[in-house]
Amino acid sequence: MLEVAHLTVRYGTIAAVDNCSFTVSDGQWLMIVGPNGAGKSTILNAIAQGVPYTGTIRFSGKDLKKTDAATRARSIGVLSQNHFVGYAFTVEEVVRLGRYARSSGLFSRRKTDDDAAVEDALERTGLLSLRRQSVLALSGGELQRVFLAQVFAQNPRYLLLDEPTNHLDPVYQKQIFALIEDWLKLPGRAAVSVVHDLSLAKAYGTQTLLLHRGRAVAYGDTQQVMRSENLNAVYGMDVTAWMKAMLAQWSDPG
Amino acid sequence: MKRIGEHFGGWIYALFALVTLCVFFACVCLGSVQIPLKDTLRVVCDALRTLPSAKAYALARSVIVPIRLPRVLCVALVGASLSLAGAAMQGLLKNPLADGSTLGVSSGASLGAVLAIALGITFPKLPFAGTMVMAVLFALLSLLIILGLSYRLDCSLSTNTIILIGVIFSMFATSVTSIVITFAGERLRSITFWTMGSLQGSSYRNAAVLAVTLAAAGTVLLSNARELNAFAIGEDNARQIGVNVRRVRLTVLVMVSCLVGVCVSIGGTIGFVGLVTPHMVRLIVGPNHKRLLPASLFSGAVFLMLADLAARTLLSPRELPLGVVTSIVGAVLFVAIYYRSRRR
Repeated sequence: MLEVAHLTVRYGTIAAVDNCSFTVSDGQWLMIVGPNGAGKSTILNAIAQGVPYTGTIRFSGKDLKKTDAATRARSIGVLSQNHFVGYAFTVEEVVRLGRYARSSGLFSRRKTDDDAAVEDALERTGLLSLRRQSVLALSGGELQRVFLAQVFAQNPRYLLLDEPTNHLDPVYQKQIFALIEDWLKLPGRAAVSVVHDLSLAKAYGTQTLLLHRGRAVAYGDTQQVMRSENLNAVYGMDVTAWMKAMLAQWSDPG
Repeated sequence: MKRIGEHFGGWIYALFALVTLCVFFACVCLGSVQIPLKDTLRVVCDALRTLPSAKAYALARSVIVPIRLPRVLCVALVGASLSLAGAAMQGLLKNPLADGSTLGVSSGASLGAVLAIALGITFPKLPFAGTMVMAVLFALLSLLIILGLSYRLDCSLSTNTIILIGVIFSMFATSVTSIVITFAGERLRSITFWTMGSLQGSSYRNAAVLAVTLAAAGTVLLSNARELNAFAIGEDNARQIGVNVRRVRLTVLVMVSCLVGVCVSIGGTIGFVGLVTPHMVRLIVGPNHKRLLPASLFSGAVFLMLADLAARTLLSPRELPLGVVTSIVGAVLFVAIYYRSRRR
């Protein structure tokens, strides 16, 4: 279980996240939604210990601030939205690095476990044929799958996803969400993701946290939170009407 | 499918060692006095067994044992050290242009060494340790200043920011060095001697210091190859997969400072070695540090020995400073790499 209590993150004098609390249990998929600048990604960054914060973040009862990097990486994995790799590493080399927290230390190497996990991750993400390719030669969707494979190889209990399908075309969006949904069926897993696409959030999320200017406006069961009055208040427009109008274009028989 | 290991096999190491040894002996043989390989080997064997050589080899021995052998040894060790330091920094900063000379670390180390001479900092019984310790400390201090400033300007530590700050810092350190020299007074002579000092008058003691530093720092850096791979992909990614980012960064920076500081205090600033060789090596063995670091080590030694041979023989009997040769090669290559990376 991931427990976030009274989380506040300040950039200078501005509170990017202001006193947010939520919990994520095994099997859940929490969606964090809200307008640009609401502090969605900052919450993930704080859980990953990438920014200083006040409040407490616990995983299985242990304060994440006090756990070392390798232990944390075995509990929580992160998939970012952008990747700029500077050097021509192969797909397999990047994926294999995901095993770092599982096999660090000179004598504790379990090489066969590592190999099996890497093979499994490459296979799940459909990257077996690209394993010797340089990551510099990949498209955005392929690169995102490489880092998803890396985090699968890392095999954490919980997954933090920061707009995992941002600027990917629908084929990859569907593929990546399906992969994560499958992964969540394993026992003891859960995910937290930041998404812009409210339909994706509604379709896949079990829980939703709606943010506005760093504060939690609504939090709970996805279908309860994602009601038009909540969304309209936060986004300042009739969001559901707009989305329906967009979809209606496709239902016309002509 | 056959799995290709990330490490080099033993035979590749044997090949590296063989090539390095061949170049080493070639460099010992060639010079203003040419000595046949057979005689060289004979003399080296005699010297190793502390036997006197036959009379026919007296001239060869007087050239090889006190002059050429320690020099080539020092050149090889400096080349290996600077190249390894460059490769490690390029991985850590995810920046193919990072190097002691481009980041201003060498200038910082020089400033430290000059200060040590000007202020007369020495340790009893170890007269050369004063400049060395100051050079290492100033190398580390320079790195911390350069990276600290870069982080404040631009959290992502982009290539341009680091290089710009490095150039500015380098100019600053050079100016301060000039000021120190202006006020040095009667110590001016020894400072001038040091700043001009190439690896010309190298001693076995210098070679021993270099070897110990390289062995220690090299072991630490090689054992951090996986962590450097993670940094080369991105510092955020490194943190996410469980690398202790702060510890690794500090370890690598300290090791790099030791390598650069000791090299500068012994051989002066020899630019661009740490830039040229890892770049060449990366084109051949790829960016994985488990292969890149050892390969850079050997090719750095080979590259600098060849550069030194060129410096000694091209305008013989005159000798070019070694740093001049490496800087000419390095500057051209720097432009080429920068041009390529900007085009991408």
